[in-house]
Amino acid sequence: MALALVAVLAIFALWARAPTIAAIERPDPASFDRSEVVRGAALARIGNCASCHSVAGGRVYAGGTPIETPFGTIFGSNITPDPETGIGAWSYEAFARSMREGVGRDGSHLYPAFPYDRLRHTSDADLRALYAFLMTRDAVRAEPPANALIPPLGWRPVLAGWKLLALPRTGPQAPQPQLGALWERGRYLGEGLAHCASCHSPRGLLQQEVREQAYAGGWSDGWYAPPLDASSPAVREWTAERLYAYLRTGLSTAHAAAAGPMGPVTHNLARAPERDVRALATYYAWTMREARAARSEPVLPDRGAVAARAHPAGAALFRGACAACHEPGAPMMVAGRPDLRLGSPLHQDNPRDTVQIILQGLEPPVEPNGPYMPAYADTLTDTQIAAVTAYMRARWGSGPEWGDLEKAVADARAESGE
Amino acid sequence: MSGIARRDVLGGGGLVVLFALAGTGIAQEGGTSGGGEGTGAPPEVAPGLPGSLAEFPHLDAWIRIAPDGAATVFTGKAELGQGIGTALLQIAADELDLPLERVKLITADTGRTPDEGITSGSQSLQNSGTAIANAAANVRYLLAERAARLFGVAVDTLSTVNGFVRARDGRQASYGELAASLSLHVEARPDVRRKRVAARDHIGRDRPRRDIPPKLTGAAAYVHDMTMPGMLHARVIRGPAEGTRLTAPDFDAIARLPGIERVVRVGDFAAMLGPREWPLVQAMLAVGRMPWTRSEAPLPQGDLRDMIRALSTEPDVILMRDTVTLPSVRRVTARYDRPYLMHGAIGPSCAVALWQDGELTVWTHSQGVYPLRNALAELLDLPPERIRCIHREGAGCYGHNGADDVATDAALAARAVPGRPVKLMWTREQEHGWEPLGPAMVTELSAGVDANGRIAEWTHAVWSNTHSTRPSQAGDLLAGLEVGRGFAPSPPRAIPQPNGGGDRNAIPLYTLPRATITSMFVPQMPVRVSALRGLGAHMNVFAIESMIDELAAVAKSDPVEFRLRHLEDPRAIEVIRTLADRFGWARPKRERWRGQGFGFARYKNSGAYCAVAIEVRIEPETGATTVLRADAAVDAGETVSPDGLRNQIEGGIVQSISWTAHEEVRFDAARRTAFDWSSYPILRFDAVPLQMAVHVVDRPGQPFLGAGEASQGPAAAAFANAIARATGQRLRSMPLTAERVRLALAAR
Amino acid sequence: MIELTINGTRRRIEGDPAEPLLYVLRDNLRLHAAKFGCGLGQCGSCTVLVDGKPVQSCITPMAALAGREVMTVEGLGSANSPGSVQQAFIDEQAAQCGYCIPGMIARAEALLRADPRPSEAAMRAAMRPSLCRCGTHMRILRAVRRAAVAMGGGIVDPAEPVS
Repeated sequence: MALALVAVLAIFALWARAPTIAAIERPDPASFDRSEVVRGAALARIGNCASCHSVAGGRVYAGGTPIETPFGTIFGSNITPDPETGIGAWSYEAFARSMREGVGRDGSHLYPAFPYDRLRHTSDADLRALYAFLMTRDAVRAEPPANALIPPLGWRPVLAGWKLLALPRTGPQAPQPQLGALWERGRYLGEGLAHCASCHSPRGLLQQEVREQAYAGGWSDGWYAPPLDASSPAVREWTAERLYAYLRTGLSTAHAAAAGPMGPVTHNLARAPERDVRALATYYAWTMREARAARSEPVLPDRGAVAARAHPAGAALFRGACAACHEPGAPMMVAGRPDLRLGSPLHQDNPRDTVQIILQGLEPPVEPNGPYMPAYADTLTDTQIAAVTAYMRARWGSGPEWGDLEKAVADARAESGE
Repeated sequence: MSGIARRDVLGGGGLVVLFALAGTGIAQEGGTSGGGEGTGAPPEVAPGLPGSLAEFPHLDAWIRIAPDGAATVFTGKAELGQGIGTALLQIAADELDLPLERVKLITADTGRTPDEGITSGSQSLQNSGTAIANAAANVRYLLAERAARLFGVAVDTLSTVNGFVRARDGRQASYGELAASLSLHVEARPDVRRKRVAARDHIGRDRPRRDIPPKLTGAAAYVHDMTMPGMLHARVIRGPAEGTRLTAPDFDAIARLPGIERVVRVGDFAAMLGPREWPLVQAMLAVGRMPWTRSEAPLPQGDLRDMIRALSTEPDVILMRDTVTLPSVRRVTARYDRPYLMHGAIGPSCAVALWQDGELTVWTHSQGVYPLRNALAELLDLPPERIRCIHREGAGCYGHNGADDVATDAALAARAVPGRPVKLMWTREQEHGWEPLGPAMVTELSAGVDANGRIAEWTHAVWSNTHSTRPSQAGDLLAGLEVGRGFAPSPPRAIPQPNGGGDRNAIPLYTLPRATITSMFVPQMPVRVSALRGLGAHMNVFAIESMIDELAAVAKSDPVEFRLRHLEDPRAIEVIRTLADRFGWARPKRERWRGQGFGFARYKNSGAYCAVAIEVRIEPETGATTVLRADAAVDAGETVSPDGLRNQIEGGIVQSISWTAHEEVRFDAARRTAFDWSSYPILRFDAVPLQMAVHVVDRPGQPFLGAGEASQGPAAAAFANAIARATGQRLRSMPLTAERVRLALAAR
Repeated sequence: MIELTINGTRRRIEGDPAEPLLYVLRDNLRLHAAKFGCGLGQCGSCTVLVDGKPVQSCITPMAALAGREVMTVEGLGSANSPGSVQQAFIDEQAAQCGYCIPGMIARAEALLRADPRPSEAAMRAAMRPSLCRCGTHMRILRAVRRAAVAMGGGIVDPAEPVS
């Protein structure tokens, strides 16, 4: 019996394994066209590659970033052209196969934390530019830590099965010339390289992106990535102009600051070509064109007195812990930063982002002189964060009261490794 | 003065210290109190005397001896966290020959201490330290003279030890008993010798700072910590930033808020008072909801540096030299500039004031208690004698911040509640919004090297507003402009050479056969500015030392060797050689994106010599700079406290890296947009150097040279030069942010 | 009324439950080590320990502290009998104006309780929320390293030799 199982697994493994692509000598950086490299640099920012392939304080693209998944921790790989620990021995074919099929040069399957299900839509020309960019970086010798996954997922051939079951087989999308070149560009980048849907869409049991519900909201790194479709909870319309400002500066004064995993995305987009960011803004303003705020922007009441009566403990905590920045008249408000009514977190159907911002605070997303908030994880208990969250929802939010907030805080702490 | 032999007597070893008179006391380069920033400083009445003795020649102004023999030393300078309180004690204890713990120091207090102007310009040891050293030597001499009469022996046979004067036969008298029949209200004489260097116990040795243990354990140490019976807390009510005002303030509504006992109004000045702070903190939210408008002309859009460069100037050629030389074969022309910077003390400005019986007492962290008193006297219509300003420590002081303004605010509030002490503290956003800024500056340099690789010509022009709007009259204080009595600010003035303001350190110490250096003083001030640590030296040394590296590059010379080639001052040379040697300058680690940079200056060309070397590593994808090492060598003349000196130099380097790499006050048309630490970020722990070492070149017996501002300029330049070496890109516009480095690399 | 422990003593504090701890410490209890710096949780001068963790007291309402243990720098030692971290700061003369230092000490204490042998990176990350304007950072870091050794731990990869 055991023998049979081993045999089956062996056959499966043989079937599952993709061929190795021969190692090459690292190409001479001078052999790449300079303009290709520059274009590749811009594409790498749109693809947010650095976020998963670098650690704070380490060399960019040298990998090592822990990525928490429901199945364990995966570490971002080294994508500098170091021949042994990076991709220096990868030919363009090996690189393109990894981006499109999720297969390493040696034929092993790559974990779908690497979003090849989206990156695969990138054109040959753009992949070549990205390759030129990466192969002309400094070769950094750095071996990322070994992945720590629950069995049997440490066994890569399993991924072949995953691909069979979960990888969509969509072809190129039909052009929509009536929506304009900028829209077309935005769709190309957004649906592909920028892989926005990877965070903003729900995932199925196999952690595959649920294509039928693309942009209906998803989860990333313990944060809720709000919908980018008609179900967008935003209370102010995401016009292309506002979205552009948000993606470019990390702050929309009509909404809020980019928090959590969105911070690094805006950091990179701030340094990407302006037209491409306008294109993304145009496309996603379009995907949210049917959202409630696009139809009419609601009046946003300040139900301070009502909320304080309903949640006196939360109100007191807010006055002592939050009011110095968020109460009307606070210096941050006087300076024109958006108030809490405007951001989506208090209008979403789950409290996760509100809770996460309280727990973790906020680092300035794009420029050092941007929004900052201290972390309250050690200051407030779960009960207290629940109370202040309920108060804020009642005062400024929309929708029914959130249920079991204390558990929501505990869950958020657990998912952030608190 | 006859009867005292002008001769040295050889004495025994050990504790024996002999008395003799020299030709003169140690000469000390003088200068206006406070590096020329001061106003209304007292006149010199005894120009032959060293340091501040020239203004206050009487010994009892500086030192008094109690019946128990303990000494109290008075200084007009203030402890700003620079450690002056302990350094002055070391000097006094040494020259008096008293144990350190038997000497007490009284700092700046208009009721007790001499008027030494402003504590600034790295002059505390130069002025006050020198005065105290010589006054103490005089006092010890007088005590010995007294004992000589008592014992019937010649004074030069006596020695002092630990508060006693001893005769060779073993008889001794305590300072206490000798002082009882001695008047110290006599003028110091210039010919009393200070102790021999070898006989000094404290000067040049590390003595733990007295102020540190209480500060680290919660003992009341700052004006912020003062509490007095019946004291009221207060906050001042203003628009959100300098150049704005509230359009329709509803003071009645404020007065009705819980916990508000009084709203004090004098013209447009307003403050709210209450017994506890928390209600005031909450009431400030109501102030924040009040409508405001810009009260001055709108701020121009774009970079205010360009605007400063375009305003009308009062040019002053501060150096013109024209020696015949070889012609330049390579020339470099460049503009270097810096934005407006903030002092940004971690604690907002604060003061306590008490109005009682028609007299006012103010506890303040002002750098100049006497000038503040004079300005307050005008504002409050009081004779200065009825105002006493007492220095109490505040959070770090790096120049003219809100200290004088908040003291005025507190005084006006206290006048309304006679008999009740009032502690008024600014909020963080008021500190960011209203403190006078360090001026934005532009320098344009052009220089050439001859065929022998020597600098043939050099021009340097520096555009800057004034670097001191310190109060000398009521209109210089914020509240002075609010009380509605028509007070006007003093007209802006340039601080003249040799100290200089915007042109401080604009004259390089290097040998320049042909040079034109011009101060382009810009009187018009679109933004409130004043003294920030180092004044123009930060900008000018950055520019000069960047240019030196640029010239060294075209001359294909090592930057350190190139500097040495153009220096004649042996002390400058020794400082540079010491640092180059200790840093391992000649053996750099050759690695891509790694580079070392050097910077040197003698502060004000009269203070300490300081060289800084910095090694950086750049992340090319982000432009992020990691400072791997930052080392310095410093010659501050005779070093009183080596560790205190290192502390100042280290702090100056770190602060300068913050200014140079991270800081910029930004504006929109209505106001500064910096209102807190998120909108004006400064260096945090993740960006400080990995390693730092400061090498002290001590000069025992030489005059003290101020060092508190010596490292800012050299550190800024060393940082820029290291980035240039690591990346091949020269950044000339501060701040040298990661983004600017990245963009420079991307533009290659 | 809030009941809590401050420096080992049970206390009952009357007043507005929203009032941040900082004002209660300074104005009611005359505990002046924690300093007002910004009132916005941005600078760390008001840092104290709550249940052993570093917390900025200017944004910590009393309502959050019922039943919890507050330790201020006064609770760690006095000028005559300084605690280990305070002693390390004195030994390194790690202060200029000193205004930020009590907050630094509280933060260092919390770090070393949680991690007696921190890495250099962990040490700098732990100190990051606190600002110093005098540029005393190098000495503060030396003092934290020295304290780590004195308290029986150490720094695993000190950037500078530990004295």
